[in-house]
Amino acid sequence: MSDSWIAVCSRDEIDEEDVMRFDHEGRTFAIYRSPDDAFFATDGLCTHEKIHLADGLVMDEVIECPKHNGRFNYKTGKALGAPVCVNLQTYPVKLDGDTVYIAIG
Amino acid sequence: MAAGIVIVGAGECGARAAFALRERGYQGPLTLVGAERHLPYERPPLSKALSMDGPKLVASLDAYQEAGITLMLATEARGIDRQAKALRLAGADGETTLAYDRLLLTTGARPRRLPGMTDASRYIRTLRTADDAAALTQAFSAGQHVVLIGGGFIGLELAATARQRGAAVTLLEAGPRILARGVPAEMAEIVAKRHSAEGVRILTGATMTALTEHEGGAEIKLGSGERLEADLVLVGIGAVPNVELAAAAGLAIDNGIAVDRHLTTSDPLIFAAGDCCSFPLPPGADGTSRRVRLEAWRNAQEQAALAAANLLGEQAVHAAVPWFWSDQYDLTLQVAGLAQEGDRIVRRDMGAEALILFHLDSEGRLTAAAGIGPGNAVARDIRLAEMMIANGARPDPTALASSATKLKSLLAA
Ligand SMILES: Cc1cc2nc3c(=O)[nH]c(=O)nc-3n(C[C@H](O)[C@H](O)[C@H](O)COP(=O)(O)OP(=O)(O)OC[C@H]3O[C@@H](n4cnc5c(N)ncnc54)[C@H](O)[C@@H]3O)c2cc1C
Ligand code: FES
Repeated sequence: MSDSWIAVCSRDEIDEEDVMRFDHEGRTFAIYRSPDDAFFATDGLCTHEKIHLADGLVMDEVIECPKHNGRFNYKTGKALGAPVCVNLQTYPVKLDGDTVYIAIG
Repeated sequence: MAAGIVIVGAGECGARAAFALRERGYQGPLTLVGAERHLPYERPPLSKALSMDGPKLVASLDAYQEAGITLMLATEARGIDRQAKALRLAGADGETTLAYDRLLLTTGARPRRLPGMTDASRYIRTLRTADDAAALTQAFSAGQHVVLIGGGFIGLELAATARQRGAAVTLLEAGPRILARGVPAEMAEIVAKRHSAEGVRILTGATMTALTEHEGGAEIKLGSGERLEADLVLVGIGAVPNVELAAAAGLAIDNGIAVDRHLTTSDPLIFAAGDCCSFPLPPGADGTSRRVRLEAWRNAQEQAALAAANLLGEQAVHAAVPWFWSDQYDLTLQVAGLAQEGDRIVRRDMGAEALILFHLDSEGRLTAAAGIGPGNAVARDIRLAEMMIANGARPDPTALASSATKLKSLLAA
């Protein structure tokens, strides 16, 4: 899995405590930068109604879906209660120089 | 508690409350009684998608079984004997009684009807349930003419859905504009323009002098003299809370089952939550408290959680900011907070067809924010506005108006 790192963007393209959409080969991901400057990645679509999470709000380690405010911990993918009950898939992320990479296997 | 907790009304609120009780560790008997034959399902998709593959469930049957929630579907509560602490139920097995220690009423609301409408009306209908939705699908197709009465959210969502499915659509609104309740005029204007562009004929100030049903459709006569022939007439003129059960048991009613800040009715063993109840808002700047009844999906969930806590003896209060959304075509509208008469309105333009209107009271406090835009263009900012409203923030109006200022920076301020 780790042998297929894919370059996403340079680190400055995502603000701290923010999220960016990343599309790759027909799949869509959400890439996060936490308030303490670490990077994370999850599937791009909410597990409730397939809405792009990158339009949502990041607060601390939580991403909130823009559609009905379903919340996930983007570090673990855990769904944090109604209306979302299915967890988000997460993906490994690494920083090489100023570039953010994810491994989507 | 030997008889345990009984919840009457297996909709969004009742189902969420049942799960919330278990999540809070309640282990006693728990029964969810619902008049509909379906497992509890989401109503918002009914007007937006008219989905063919059955209702979208709040939770699977397995989830209820795992949580130890006894479901009594297709069963109506007909009476509450508060002395005996028992419900009179009517279902497939005839009349039965069910004892309770604590009771939660989540009976929701039902569509307001026009005079003369009955259950038997085939071509003049309303939409509240999955069965109602299933009955609409035939008319929502090419070659059909659907007439919607009422320019509120449900009517407009149905207009969009019917157009997207190829039907011709006419929407009649008695007032001078659509969305007169709760949506600022300039936003309603964007919605109206979009519907016109999509081919919906909107008639405002429309009065109806006759509405008659015949085999295959219905005829409408307008005050203007025009006659409309419809394959289906859909009436979306608001909802009335289901209070009859509570009223017959002598509970206080005030535009809904009247509850206090803890969602307790006038009987300390009976609670009410969701669309059926009216509750007091925290006192405003002038010290007076308003009572409101909300018909909104997230409110149903939040009050379900609050009711669960208080059914188990807590004294928690409701502090959340009301929030509502509507989808029409690719436009999403979101409203947070409750606008008040005399609010100052600050406009933030966010590109084509996207804007937010912030409402500030006389002291500059943010009271509400209403946004519209394609997809989720305004969602994040409405959410931030909601947090500012909750904090009692007094944001700088110039900063609010400038889309270059990030709202997140105002939240911290
Ligand atoms: C078509 C439609 C679209 C909507 N779209 C949106 C939207 O986009 N955004 C939004 O925020 N909100 C929306 N809403 C509102 C939202 O769905 C409601 O606020 C929510 O369903 C309220 O939940 P509730 O459980 O309080 O009531 P309900 O969902 O109405 O459930 C009440 C249940 O109680 C049952 N019941 C009543 N009396 C009895 C009795 N005596 N015995 C047994 N059972 C009884 C009823 O049959 C019903 O099943 C929409 C509603 C509709 C109808
Ligand atoms: S689509 Fe994300 S919470 Fe509903």
